[in-house]
Amino acid sequence: MTQTVDERPTPTTAPALEVREGRKSFGAVHALRGVDITVRAGEVTALVGDNGAGKSTMIKCIAGIFPFDSGKVLVNGAPASIHGPGQASAAGIEVVYQDLALCDNLDIVHNMFLGREMKKGLRLNETAMETKAADVLASLSVRTVRSIRQQVASLSGGQRQTVAIARAVLWNSKIVILDEPTAALGVAQTEQVLQLVRRLADAGLAVLLISHNMNDVFEVADSINVLYLGQTAAQVRTSDSTRAEVIELITSGAPSTGEAVQPRRDRPATSTTTNGSRPE
Amino acid sequence: MSTSTLPPASSPSPLAGAVEQPTFGENVQGYLSKIRGGDMGTLPAILAFLILSAVFVVLKPGTFTSFLNIANLFQQGAVVATIGMGLVFVLLLGEIDLSAGFASGVCGAVLAVTLTNKQWPLVAALPAALLTGVGIGLILGLLVAKVGIPSFIATLAAFLAFQGVVLLIIGNGGNISITNKAVLAIENQNIVPWLGWVIAVAALAVYVGLSLRRWRMRRSNGLLVLPLASLAIRLGAVVLLVLALTFVLNQERSLNPSRTSISGIPIVIPIIVVLALGLTFLLDGTAFGRHVYAVGGNAEATRRAGINVARVRVTCFVICSTLAAFAGIFGASRATSVDPNAGGSNVLLYAVGAAVIGGTSLFGGKGRVVDALIGAAVIAVIDNGMGLLGYSAGVKYVVTGAVLVLAAGVDALSRGRLRGAR
Ligand SMILES: Nc1ncnc2c1ncn2[C@@H]1O[C@H](COP(=O)(O)OP(=O)(O)O)[C@@H](O)[C@H]1O
Ligand SMILES: [Mg+2]
Repeated sequence: MTQTVDERPTPTTAPALEVREGRKSFGAVHALRGVDITVRAGEVTALVGDNGAGKSTMIKCIAGIFPFDSGKVLVNGAPASIHGPGQASAAGIEVVYQDLALCDNLDIVHNMFLGREMKKGLRLNETAMETKAADVLASLSVRTVRSIRQQVASLSGGQRQTVAIARAVLWNSKIVILDEPTAALGVAQTEQVLQLVRRLADAGLAVLLISHNMNDVFEVADSINVLYLGQTAAQVRTSDSTRAEVIELITSGAPSTGEAVQPRRDRPATSTTTNGSRPE
Repeated sequence: MSTSTLPPASSPSPLAGAVEQPTFGENVQGYLSKIRGGDMGTLPAILAFLILSAVFVVLKPGTFTSFLNIANLFQQGAVVATIGMGLVFVLLLGEIDLSAGFASGVCGAVLAVTLTNKQWPLVAALPAALLTGVGIGLILGLLVAKVGIPSFIATLAAFLAFQGVVLLIIGNGGNISITNKAVLAIENQNIVPWLGWVIAVAALAVYVGLSLRRWRMRRSNGLLVLPLASLAIRLGAVVLLVLALTFVLNQERSLNPSRTSISGIPIVIPIIVVLALGLTFLLDGTAFGRHVYAVGGNAEATRRAGINVARVRVTCFVICSTLAAFAGIFGASRATSVDPNAGGSNVLLYAVGAAVIGGTSLFGGKGRVVDALIGAAVIAVIDNGMGLLGYSAGVKYVVTGAVLVLAAGVDALSRGRLRGAR
């Protein structure tokens, strides 16, 4: 059933994040029926699957929005019990939700620091927050925002996504989870966000990218985890697999040959991008 | 300030430190386009205030602007403004408190009973009245945030119940008079003129000094600041307004000065100013204030940010009812007694109206403490001016209702426009 084949040839350290046999039901709905994933630092791990496969549910469990009913979550190899957004943050996990979770009526700075405001005594330290927010955006090479004191309501979709991502990396987080960050974006903005995602991993973060866009996945991901009807079908390395194989896993939950996905260097690459070569 | 013609790569990111400061012209343009975009803030209320005042000055020259009447306006508006300031917190959540009027009545009744009937000293009676407000807010907040009753229903029930509580405390048809000098002084005594000047000038000096220091610090840290001209206009307007009001209120306003002299700032005004400054600091300067706005903007996002949303909600209801308790004390002082209708009739609707007319949104997430003060001024002017013109209470209510609908309409339409803009 669960064939987690992918491991790096020589895993030197424990993965940043690991889930084993995660399960979650909403009443009679078994949304997750055994999920396994390994997310390594310095890599983008893609979580793919059809609509309703359970991707969003899985990351909400990881983030403590609601906990897994059963199963194990390991952070840096150590078991972690995460029962609330605060505990997830404490464990270095930050999530950019599909439904962005920004406050439209607050400006960029206040959104980035929401819940973790910098203070001087009782007073908010606006200067420090504004400076740090500007630094983080600059370090992400974000140049598209006019003023970080404008309300989030006035931003475009791509800019909002950028703010949400910047918010996630503001906290020296180790693991950043992004739920369909490009789903609502146009071509140019998608490209910008994907480059940003890649830069996060290159900076040493463990990135978990949820998507059902194969172009996005093959463009930035190092490893692909496929979810099928609430179960993990496989986790494969991007460089070792083809688009057709991954699509087969998404649609049928099993590789086309009926066996576990193995490196298939013998097979010719189908159509476009197939492996880890990515734009810098 | 527009200097950089360098390619963006060689100049620092516009976000990192060296921001390009807007010019005065750009600032004015930005403000105008914000207004066109539907975000009008307090502008309609200020315009309404000026236009209404002008109309009453023309129709009733001499009387409306008489020094006596201007002082009257403040004393009349104190209760509504105070309840309104508390309501801003609840409205920011996107909730409502319909019971705030009668909550002020309950607290006023507690003050009257403890002071007059039980002969408590003031230092015990005042805290008793204020703590009654805290308790009421706690109950309402828990009903809304923990039990999950919509605030409209929870506070409607409380509206009815508190009306009964006031009746039970005071007794049917009864009336407890207030004789404590300190309580009576709040609404009926004035600060001696020279002290009024000292307080006004000192407060302005602190305000201008702090504003300039903050501006300089932000600028030297390379953060976005208002153009100096805009800042000067804003500070100048505040200074002028405060000095003019101090001057007017310090004039002799007794109808028969040879017998009794009345002049000076009514004591209730500095009390309200201190409350307003404290609440503004809470809302603008602290993390709690950010969380209030965040809950009103997107409660789920606030929860995911690890903030205890229920606690924020309960605290806002406590603030609202506590301000109602202050209003109850002011009301008791003004009426020199507490009767079963204290905090009743139009008090609550005027207070909600004050906040909304001032620019606080009924949809949550947008509003400021001063909104309640400006809106209360508009309502006081309508109430007072139409009274002077001899209109009946019926006409006054209809006009005030129309103004409230207008304000709520502006709020709803501007919200629609902001949404549509995206
Ligand atoms: N809060 C919930 N209550 C009940 N069912 C839910 C809830 N959240 C998700 N589900 C169900 O779980 C399944 C997986 O949903 P989701 O995780 O959103 O899928 P994906 O993100 O992969 O498209 C769906 O069948 C959905 O209806
Ligand atoms: Mg989803």
